[in-house]
Amino acid sequence: MSTHPITVHPARSFKANSHDAVNDPHLRKSFRGAMDFLMAKRAAQFPDHNELEALRSLGETVRQRCLAKLPQLLEKLEAQLTANGVKVHWAETPEEANAIIHGLIAARNGKLAVKGKSMVSEETELNHYLEAHGVQAVESDMGEYIVQLAGEKPSHIIMPAIHKTKAQIATLFHDNIPAAPYTEDVDELIQLGRNALRGMYLKADVGISGVNFAVAETGTLCLVENEGNGRMCTTVPDMHIAITGIEKVVEKLSDVIPLYSILPRSATGQAITTYFNMISRPRQPGEKDGPREVHLVLLDNGRSQAYADEQLRKTLQCIRCGACMNHCPVYSRIGGHAYGTVYPGPIGKIISPHMLGLNDTQDLPTASSLCGACGEVCPVRIPIPEMLMRLREEAARDPEEKVPHPLAGQGAAYSPQLARVWSLWRTVYSRPALYRAFSWLATRLRVFTPRRQLGWTVHRTPLTPAKQSLHELVRQRQSSR
Amino acid sequence: MHATPAPARPGDVYFFGTCLLDLFLPEAGLDAMTLLEREGVRVHFPQAQSCCGQPAFTSGQPGEAREVARSQLGLFDQPWPIVVPSGSCGGMIKHHWPTLFAGDADEARACAVAGRVVEFADFLLNVLRIELRDQGKPTKVAVHTSCSARREMNTHVHGWALVDQLAQVERVVHDHESECCGFGGVFSLRHPDISGAMVSDKSAALQDSGAVEFVTADGGCLLNINGKLAHDGKAFRGKHLASFLLERTGGKA
Amino acid sequence: MSARDRILGKLRAAAPAQTPVEPDVAGYYARHTLQHALPARLAHFSHMMRAVHTEVIYTRADSWPQALAARAAQAGWRHVLLAPNTAHGARAAQALQGLATPPQLKSYDRPIDDWKAELFHDVDAAFTTTRAGIAETGTLIVWPDADEPRAMSLVPPVHIALFDASRLYENFYQAVSTEGWANGLPTNSLLISGPSKTADIQQTLAYGAHGPRELIVLAIVPDDIDLAELEAAQ
Repeated sequence: MSTHPITVHPARSFKANSHDAVNDPHLRKSFRGAMDFLMAKRAAQFPDHNELEALRSLGETVRQRCLAKLPQLLEKLEAQLTANGVKVHWAETPEEANAIIHGLIAARNGKLAVKGKSMVSEETELNHYLEAHGVQAVESDMGEYIVQLAGEKPSHIIMPAIHKTKAQIATLFHDNIPAAPYTEDVDELIQLGRNALRGMYLKADVGISGVNFAVAETGTLCLVENEGNGRMCTTVPDMHIAITGIEKVVEKLSDVIPLYSILPRSATGQAITTYFNMISRPRQPGEKDGPREVHLVLLDNGRSQAYADEQLRKTLQCIRCGACMNHCPVYSRIGGHAYGTVYPGPIGKIISPHMLGLNDTQDLPTASSLCGACGEVCPVRIPIPEMLMRLREEAARDPEEKVPHPLAGQGAAYSPQLARVWSLWRTVYSRPALYRAFSWLATRLRVFTPRRQLGWTVHRTPLTPAKQSLHELVRQRQSSR
Repeated sequence: MHATPAPARPGDVYFFGTCLLDLFLPEAGLDAMTLLEREGVRVHFPQAQSCCGQPAFTSGQPGEAREVARSQLGLFDQPWPIVVPSGSCGGMIKHHWPTLFAGDADEARACAVAGRVVEFADFLLNVLRIELRDQGKPTKVAVHTSCSARREMNTHVHGWALVDQLAQVERVVHDHESECCGFGGVFSLRHPDISGAMVSDKSAALQDSGAVEFVTADGGCLLNINGKLAHDGKAFRGKHLASFLLERTGGKA
Repeated sequence: MSARDRILGKLRAAAPAQTPVEPDVAGYYARHTLQHALPARLAHFSHMMRAVHTEVIYTRADSWPQALAARAAQAGWRHVLLAPNTAHGARAAQALQGLATPPQLKSYDRPIDDWKAELFHDVDAAFTTTRAGIAETGTLIVWPDADEPRAMSLVPPVHIALFDASRLYENFYQAVSTEGWANGLPTNSLLISGPSKTADIQQTLAYGAHGPRELIVLAIVPDDIDLAELEAAQ
């Protein structure tokens, strides 16, 4: 399975990717159907609007309080986990995280890792790193497993294989799982996957997982899932390595309760997930299963850049439910791969610039009509449209300009010509006499309006000024009375 | 929806026409003013007005947006309501000017202006308590509400309520009615493929709704969807809510 | 300087000085916790559990071993894993051994490392107790221990959970605050709300993704609650 090349869609080619995506009728139809389904399921979970709004406010306050105390909470988490017997590691970059994880596996001469769902390990491209260093890493979440077999990347943070059809999966399983018959029956396909992966849990030297909430108060790692593969990875192998972003820490166990209440309802429209798995220590004397060694790797990877700015810090409130992408008219048109980033959709547009820099991601913040659907459903009230506008500002800013918290790639979209256009616009629109002259000219010269107007006329007739402006019509009306 | 206390019926209002209506849809602006005047309100149109600053604001140019917005601050000296015939421009002033001017010497003035802004449909319905008398033939229309109007100004319910006052007009719901039409200002210029896919879906949904035409109270959405329909050679069109209401109630020849 | 010091240094330099607003989690749940009597709570619990494919069997404190044995006979399990050292495990074992064709009983008496393959391949069903339940979401609270380790509720295809219905909380908050979980949690603690499932293939729901395909709850109902009325309340 490791011989497949990974299909990479770097964010730099977002425009080309999205062009291809909108012209793929199969993709359009499958994403539309899936997103409609998820939106309806979410809506059914929140029949009481007031309860939803109260819970969102509570979730927001919890996350903001945890972020306000982030450095103290991380230290407390580390102290508590250490006291519990869990080893804590810190990584500023993906490379550092990968090296730490490989080092831990190599120390026990491990050859096979089974992985529960972890978007942070996608950030670090951990699987690739491990394979290059002689450790096989097998994704065990059914969707992630499918995507790995196909040599692709997840197209949705909660439903990684949402872009795949039954027939494609049937072929993948038939080709990759020994003795698997070709079947498009979903129950049979899941059984094939189940049996193949159970073989892996038995053999694996190490289990790797993500973390949904890390509780500082008790030193507890909380994992949210339906399938049970996360429990397998954190129960059966003798070593468990969890990897998570530094923003996932919460102060108190009670903080987890509203967040876990709103997470599955926002994500998949479930009242609750099948499993909520709370891990507080390695196997204790007398206990008969669970890993004897548990590690937590805390990754920064640009999060501290977002943290430095009071407005952009709100990006880190995210609990990774995916509701913003489910409700996004852009995501539902282009799917997850077009973004070329680990996190697609609205949350991807506002977090990826911190991870990858604005040079590679400058097209993401502009790829939004600012319709506000994402902000409206966000369970922790991240004002995503405001963030998008702020990132547009940072991308358009003069790279030489000194600001208190410069972002990596500041000025990536800066163009002196464009800056002059806006400056001219400002001059005309802020001076009534100039504006009057401009609109007189625009209306009188309307026949000379360009027939091609950048992207507008690809799908629309040209914008042509009226014969007279409203200002003029009002003046005429007043003088005729 | 919101139980706002009935505001006093003003004798005078300012009218902020918006830059899009000014250059591209002036008739809609005039129709909105006529409707207001027919209700016995004196409508004042400051000739020095231009734009709320939204195009620059959403393009990552808050500095330029602020200077254009600043040039509008002195145009509304009387304590009259400021009626805006576009939900997104109204939302820009009402909700974003206070942050745009945060910490600025003009913050208080900007907030004072923002506080007086009322979206046109909201004003007709909740301030003037207009009672529309339909004089047209039976017809069916679909209503498209701009996203900022819906989310920042809650005006979709106002548009519906006004159309629903018309006895001979059946308001039909179109597929994915609450979804964006794909305009988004510079978004439509910078990402034509995605914006195009969105406006294609929106115009198809409107045409498939069974409506004869559609109405909207937002100039940007109207130009976007009508531009798409014209590009595709369709006869189906939309018009500004003000023009539609005036036409139905016998106000247009 | 270590990665730890660099990360913490950056965060400390940027952390806001003012005290953040404290979320009122307790107040929220004081306002949003229903105060239903046990029969209504239990009916809701079962409704939620059954909605996600869980089998809920109402039984009594004196007769649950027979209910278990009857269910075992019906399913024809050949190998049942249980904890004979516990009181409930001993009663279950006794009832199962009384069947005409009793299943072979296994106990988790060695570390997993010593019998992994057998655990994965030669156990049809596992019987465990539970700590408590949550009505709002239809959830079992399970704290695995040395007698009933973590894999018992995970690896065998069927999990039979004995649940004392008098220990049914209204919601998760009530469970955590009443039991004082913030003072300390065991090695592993679990909320279980149904059998393992996935919808990763074209949003089609399938059960038994990696864990149990079946979850059977033997709910011990207090004697003062009428079982027929409880079923009718569904």
